[in-house]
Amino acid sequence: MIGVRLERRDYTPVWLNLMLPFLAILAALILCSGLIAMAGANVFSAYAKLFLSALSSRFNLVETVVKATPLIFTGLAVTVAFRAKFWNIGAEGQLLAGAMAAAFIGARQILPAWSLVPGMIIAGGMAGAFWAGIPAFLKTRFKVDDVVTTLLLNFIIFYGMMALLDGPWKDPLSGYPDSPDILMEAEFPILLKATRLHLGVLLAALATPLVWALMRHTTLGFAINAVGENAKAAHYAGLNITGVMMATALLSGALAGLAGVGEVAGLHFQVMAGLSPGYGYTGIVIAMLARLNPLGVIPAALFFAMIITGAEAMSRATGVPVFLADVIQGTALVTMLIALLFNQYRLRWTKQSA
Amino acid sequence: MANDKIDLTLYPGDILGLLGENGAGKTTLMNVLFGVYTADAGRILIDGKPVDIRNSAHALALGVGMVHQHFHMVPCHTVLENLMVGQKGYHGLLDRTSINQRMDQVDDSYGLRLDPDARVEDLTIGQQQRLEIIKALIRGARILILDEPTSTLTPQEAEGLFDALRAMTSRQMGVIFISHKLNEVRTITNRLVIMRQGKVVAHRQNDTSVSRRILAELMCGQQIDPPEKPAITASKPDQVLLALEHVATGGANRPHLKDIHLHVHGGEIVGIAGVSGNGQRELADVIAGVLVPTSGRLLVNGQPVNPISVREIQARSVGRIPEDRTGIGLITTLPLSDNMVMPRIREKRFSRHGFLKHDAIYDFVSEQIDRYDIKADGTTIRTGTLSGGNLQKVLLARELAWDPLVLLVAQPTRGLDIAAARFVHRQFFILRQRGRALVVISEDLEELFHLCDHIAVMFEGRIIDMLPIAEASVSRVGMLMAGIKETT
Repeated sequence: MIGVRLERRDYTPVWLNLMLPFLAILAALILCSGLIAMAGANVFSAYAKLFLSALSSRFNLVETVVKATPLIFTGLAVTVAFRAKFWNIGAEGQLLAGAMAAAFIGARQILPAWSLVPGMIIAGGMAGAFWAGIPAFLKTRFKVDDVVTTLLLNFIIFYGMMALLDGPWKDPLSGYPDSPDILMEAEFPILLKATRLHLGVLLAALATPLVWALMRHTTLGFAINAVGENAKAAHYAGLNITGVMMATALLSGALAGLAGVGEVAGLHFQVMAGLSPGYGYTGIVIAMLARLNPLGVIPAALFFAMIITGAEAMSRATGVPVFLADVIQGTALVTMLIALLFNQYRLRWTKQSA
Repeated sequence: MANDKIDLTLYPGDILGLLGENGAGKTTLMNVLFGVYTADAGRILIDGKPVDIRNSAHALALGVGMVHQHFHMVPCHTVLENLMVGQKGYHGLLDRTSINQRMDQVDDSYGLRLDPDARVEDLTIGQQQRLEIIKALIRGARILILDEPTSTLTPQEAEGLFDALRAMTSRQMGVIFISHKLNEVRTITNRLVIMRQGKVVAHRQNDTSVSRRILAELMCGQQIDPPEKPAITASKPDQVLLALEHVATGGANRPHLKDIHLHVHGGEIVGIAGVSGNGQRELADVIAGVLVPTSGRLLVNGQPVNPISVREIQARSVGRIPEDRTGIGLITTLPLSDNMVMPRIREKRFSRHGFLKHDAIYDFVSEQIDRYDIKADGTTIRTGTLSGGNLQKVLLARELAWDPLVLLVAQPTRGLDIAAARFVHRQFFILRQRGRALVVISEDLEELFHLCDHIAVMFEGRIIDMLPIAEASVSRVGMLMAGIKETT
């Protein structure tokens, strides 16, 4: 009989470290190919459509980048939080908080026209930070589990938003639960003619190196790493754990809030029920695939945006339901978590004499 | 390679001493015997039959029992209940009587006695260890592996353990005794196996031809100078640099300090002895600023520290090296340089307006690596890859770089090889000579006698006595460790 067991590794080869996300995605695709076969399509042509359609035209290419924008923000948000072991499952709710703040500012003539865009960005970031600050306060002050609070706050704000949309924000003409449109001056400028490539894309592209630099070159990033790796030892060395935790949460929430700002100011110009199809949760998968490295967030986000964009085309061409994109996302998280295990452990095949 | 072509034979009635420095591969070898790791090559035979030990339960079934340095018990359960864990009951019912009978048998045969209804959390460390041994015996162990068994015992308790081991070997059991304490290995074992760098370097009969010196050289693979003799001048009644006055602590699940009174002068090393769990850790935590006393005062250089916090303690120039170097002292998953500058990262030298000065950090860390001869591949190597001795050097370097007035060190040489331990001790003597105050908490009495000017003994959260080194003897300190204070 041949058995298998896990043993702790003494060291991890560099190539393995780099390959892990790719191996995880490959494994996820192999696992999901069974579903494609069940849907009666050819696995290879379905995958070809799924990946290549995102790259097939200039329009699709830009759409992929636009789709990746909120994912980059939520991916960065989760990356920062997880580095400090602040388990922020609430990027989704923080995104909505940012979106609502942006929609509130943008639809009103309370600010001078020139300051609407920066005002929305600041308000959205602060709203997201506030929404992440609540669980961080509960965690540092009362030791309330952050996984539970961040997750549940997502539902609180979602239903709060729906109540607003069904009440004070309801469109009086159509009766749809959509918030009033933001002012023309509040819309993010378009960077590339005849596309939807808006200012938010640029902000996401800038935020990534900034977050990387923060983690690498500042005392805050230094402290976030230390607290995340071993809070007890960080405390013994004199770091302020509560302060670092709070700062991390606020930063993480602000980044997630910016995802919401971009969606409102750059794409939808209003808040509605389907504003986020789970960008906050996808951010978790992206952060894990990026191995919590801010620079890895961009390729991971682009990959998922590609799948999301390509799912429609695949569905039309092969009849495989678009939900396959969600299944691949979920499977990729599971395979990545398993792959991370091999970072520390290796498989040992053992022959057992029965 | 952790273990390289190990040949080892254990006969009935043997007490085999397995000697080696930390990292020599002793623990790996025992984990192979106990089914935690699988060997890449080679065979294990028990009673002449080749076996393949799959896991610890299987090892026990084959008659191999192990007592680790850290015990695996349910503290809120009684002795009897702990012994029943993992035992087959009677059709799903708990079988108290048969365990009770077997406890009596163990008592008759080996003189190992425990009250079956005592709660484990109320037992002393020595008694808990006895419970681990009884557990192994009840499960039918014929080969008993003990990993550093005396490190948490008083000298008197260690004698009791040795008596039980002798009783076992007289009944044809085999014992493997892992240790790096040369004296006790020479006392209790009849054969010795010495390991170095994953290999067995010597097999010896434990007879008069074996001296401490020879064993030490075999363990290190090099000539060892005779132990250095520091110039212990009677410590001058210098200024009191560290004072604890009527300090008491609370907190769930840990011993409480009660009315601690401790003065440490400049130019003096005060040792804190005691059986582990009598408040030494709490005392260290108070001085380190991580445990805030419920009452009492802490003074550094005559000034009360208020409030007591890590930052405040650091600001008063108290260096701290905790006993748990890889869990509390250093963050093993971070680069060496991060650990080296962590306590001082906000200082102008290492950062400006919140931005790190990577060059200054690099220079500082390289300088420390050179000065303390830390064996590390560069400044950014993962800290966890360093050996125990080098980790301790990192902590020393980072605390001493700021020339502390007071240095607190817990278990300074635990797990260090002889050369590294001597290096650490030399640093202490240099500080002492320069008029600094040192508090050394250690479970190694030999070390305390070598280092200290005064030895304070802790028992149940109190310092029950403090002796000048000239008046301290192993037996006297041992009695104090057991809570017995002479009234003469």
